[in-house]
Amino acid sequence: MRLLSLFIATLIFSLSANIVAASPVDTYEFDDEVTKIRFQALSKELRCPKCQNQNLADSNSPIAADLRRELYELLQQGKADSEIVDFMVDRYGEFVLYRPRVSELTYVLWFGPAVLILLGIIIVIVIVRRKPVDKKNLSLSSEQQEKLKNLTNDK
Amino acid sequence: MGKLIRFLPLVLVIALGVVLYRGLSLNPQDMPSALVGKTMPAFSLQSLNNSEKMVTQADLLGDIVLINVWATWCPTCKYEHPYLVDIAKDPQVKLYGLNYKDNRDGAMQWLQNYEDPYVFSIFDEEGTLGLDLGVYGAPETFVIDHHGIIRKRFAGAIDTRVWRREFEPLIAQLVEEKKQGK
Repeated sequence: MRLLSLFIATLIFSLSANIVAASPVDTYEFDDEVTKIRFQALSKELRCPKCQNQNLADSNSPIAADLRRELYELLQQGKADSEIVDFMVDRYGEFVLYRPRVSELTYVLWFGPAVLILLGIIIVIVIVRRKPVDKKNLSLSSEQQEKLKNLTNDK
Repeated sequence: MGKLIRFLPLVLVIALGVVLYRGLSLNPQDMPSALVGKTMPAFSLQSLNNSEKMVTQADLLGDIVLINVWATWCPTCKYEHPYLVDIAKDPQVKLYGLNYKDNRDGAMQWLQNYEDPYVFSIFDEEGTLGLDLGVYGAPETFVIDHHGIIRKRFAGAIDTRVWRREFEPLIAQLVEEKKQGK
């Protein structure tokens, strides 16, 4: 038991150590806490165009560093979040959004799962509420009963 | 009907398999540029060969233009260089360079060593024009028409095969458009 908890502790420690080691270090200074939080939120929400499975915050690639710098400068200029997102989308396309906008192109993406769940629920309800098969019709007719009797009495 | 419906899951699984299998052969780097169909972004940057001379988007106007994003730190740029020298001989297009996040001395040395295919190169040390063009690496090549509209963005190296497949049809179309005075 003690060994197990030691093992888990080591595992957690090494994992968290990895996370720390993997994030690139920027030394941006912010005037206030809100801007800092907005910077962190936006750099998590924007995708690195080069390394496609990482966001700007996680990526070490030069383009991600450039975009973080750009993001910082836009924030310093007092741009709103939506303006910053538009700026990035104008240059790199919808692709840079980890949370795609709701548009004709993304309806299936946004509403598909809900529609599928609804469909599933409807199918289940229909199956459950279907009238149970009439049990009387399952029992033997008098003729069959007679036959059965004859068969069993034969011996 | 009752029997057929039993095969429905099988059909669905096969359909899903086909869709996913197709996905394997798609290139995830192949993204349409957000700028196709828009005008070339405005810029004012030094020319690579002459730090006194500023070049702007107006200097590119009027011809069918290729802008090749290159840098000395980019090994693939070296690979495509001889093909660019060939393309530069084509009288239908004008090839310009965008020297992206590079240092001037190294870049000028490169052009001296390997032959300079560009009419001129824009010196974009900070990558500002690159950012406005949505560049995320090198090499990349943009096709701009004679009205200054970006018509194509291609990320990756150009060689004879890529040129034939990706660029020649578009260039022919643009030449035709220009002839008709569109």
